[in-house]
Amino acid sequence: MKYSSQMVAKPYFIFALILLAGEILFGLILGLQYINGDFLFPEIPFNVARMVHTNLLIVLILFGFMGAAYYLVPEESERELWSPLLAKITFWVFAVAGVATILGYLFVPYATLAEVTYNHLLPTMGREFLEQPTIIKIGIVLVVLSFILNIGMTVLKGRKTVITVVLLTGLIGMAVFFLFAFYVPDNLVLDKFFWWFVIHLWVEGVWELIMGAILSFVLIKVTGVDREHIDKWLYLIIAMTLVSGILGTGHHYFYIGTPDYWLWIGSIASAVEPLPFFLMVLYAFTMAKQRRIEHDNKIALTWAKGTAVIAFLGAGVWGFMHTLAPVNYFTHGTQLTAAHGHLAFFGAYIMILFTIISYCMPIMRGRPHGNGPKAQAVERASFWLMVIGMLGVTFALTAAGIAQIMLQRWPDTEALGFMATQAELIPIYKVRFAFGLMVLIGLLTYFYSFFVKEPEQTQS
Amino acid sequence: MAERITKNMARNIYFGGSLFAILVFAGLTFDTVQKVPELSNDDQITESVASGKNLWEVNNCVGCHTIMGEGAYYAPELANVFDRRGQADEAYFKSYLQAWMAAQPLPNNGRRKMPQFNLTEEQVNDLANFLIWTSRIDDNDWPPNIEG
Repeated sequence: MKYSSQMVAKPYFIFALILLAGEILFGLILGLQYINGDFLFPEIPFNVARMVHTNLLIVLILFGFMGAAYYLVPEESERELWSPLLAKITFWVFAVAGVATILGYLFVPYATLAEVTYNHLLPTMGREFLEQPTIIKIGIVLVVLSFILNIGMTVLKGRKTVITVVLLTGLIGMAVFFLFAFYVPDNLVLDKFFWWFVIHLWVEGVWELIMGAILSFVLIKVTGVDREHIDKWLYLIIAMTLVSGILGTGHHYFYIGTPDYWLWIGSIASAVEPLPFFLMVLYAFTMAKQRRIEHDNKIALTWAKGTAVIAFLGAGVWGFMHTLAPVNYFTHGTQLTAAHGHLAFFGAYIMILFTIISYCMPIMRGRPHGNGPKAQAVERASFWLMVIGMLGVTFALTAAGIAQIMLQRWPDTEALGFMATQAELIPIYKVRFAFGLMVLIGLLTYFYSFFVKEPEQTQS
Repeated sequence: MAERITKNMARNIYFGGSLFAILVFAGLTFDTVQKVPELSNDDQITESVASGKNLWEVNNCVGCHTIMGEGAYYAPELANVFDRRGQADEAYFKSYLQAWMAAQPLPNNGRRKMPQFNLTEEQVNDLANFLIWTSRIDDNDWPPNIEG
């Protein structure tokens, strides 16, 4: 570690990992409710567990991105962070607000939560993924602004690299698009139209810039490849991302009351969306092949390759599967969407966090060459447990989605109703749950790798 | 391939390409906002429909149901619930919804449960008006059949 202020990243990473454990736990609760509708009812109804599951995911990714930025920006800018104190304050404000929100979901009926947080003054609650009380949304804006100020000042005052500029662009885009979370018109169609400005333009737009920047940083560090080379790849990847991703928003505008030209624009643009992810796979493997150094932290490179591959499968392949309008007509809002969402988020945004954490946590814990071989072996086992587990969840949900379409959507006459169809799918949901357990075991194995003691030996 | 492209070329593709995409997207957004009122019968959004939408939100209905295919996939699609359960009769649908909401949670063993939201008669009426309005949005004939 070159600058002492990089240490502020550590609590961000640790907290992100704790939230991830909670996220997976609530995923398992939801998985059981899919099998038995009485499970934890009425204590934790499905909608509450789902809010906790998805909101934890979003918040943990934000914590991870912040940690990554606080770690890599000083090193790239070749100076200390502008204000380590502000970064520490931001951490606590965000952590307390995040925990309070989750506890609010769990212990207060949602309508009451809306009432006591004065939602009627500026109604923003009750839309998927943006369920946070308005006051918490305002808090998120303040936290993100203080974070961007800190990162921005560090970048401006120091050496500017393509990585930091791309990262900063991504972060600013994230803040700008979040503002649409405050626009809730009475017209449901307009509401949905602009809701996607937050959701899609984050996940399939600016977040990919942040992901590309983090991946590039780790690749430079563990492969020693020439920066010129890295920069060129990064520009090409994010060019493809934005060209396909921005107009690709149209694949959400097929069947929600928006004009029919989106059927064409959304289909064509989003058919290109797998390309940047494919480039990312080529990028990670080419850099690994052309590496100039043999870094002792081998597992960080494994995660870097893994995130590229699984993001390509989850976002690219599983996204393409149902992105063309005539296909989406039958798949829209089925378990197939859930299959795509799970693998894409895991591959692109959870595995990139494992990549950066795997690279810099050992350094922050006084091991510049990475963890010892024993700890890395445990971490490698956790990598495969989680990856295979998530692939299993995805295949099960894909099977459930196809069965759902065949029973409920495809037949013109005598189509099965929704609830009857879901009852037929329970055996598949059991398989999904089993693979979900495997993911949890993988995460626990990963946690254990932090505590593995190496046999006494002198570092080479 | 990558060898023939210089860093400057890559940067120009990034800036040019993104700018192009943003401009096209902004233009289409402008046009969509002009066309949505007609496609969605904006003039039929009464105070009751708007209030119904707010109830839909503050009770987090989308946490289990889908509406025009978006939401959670745990409970039935509701954008066409008026077509499915309303027998093309608004008064019938309203009395159906009153009874249905009052009966929750259903006692069936193992079946997915809907919580009791304790809505007033007027609130259920607003919710019904919102769902009736939603069922008339021109959404390119989605879903494929009545089951949603």
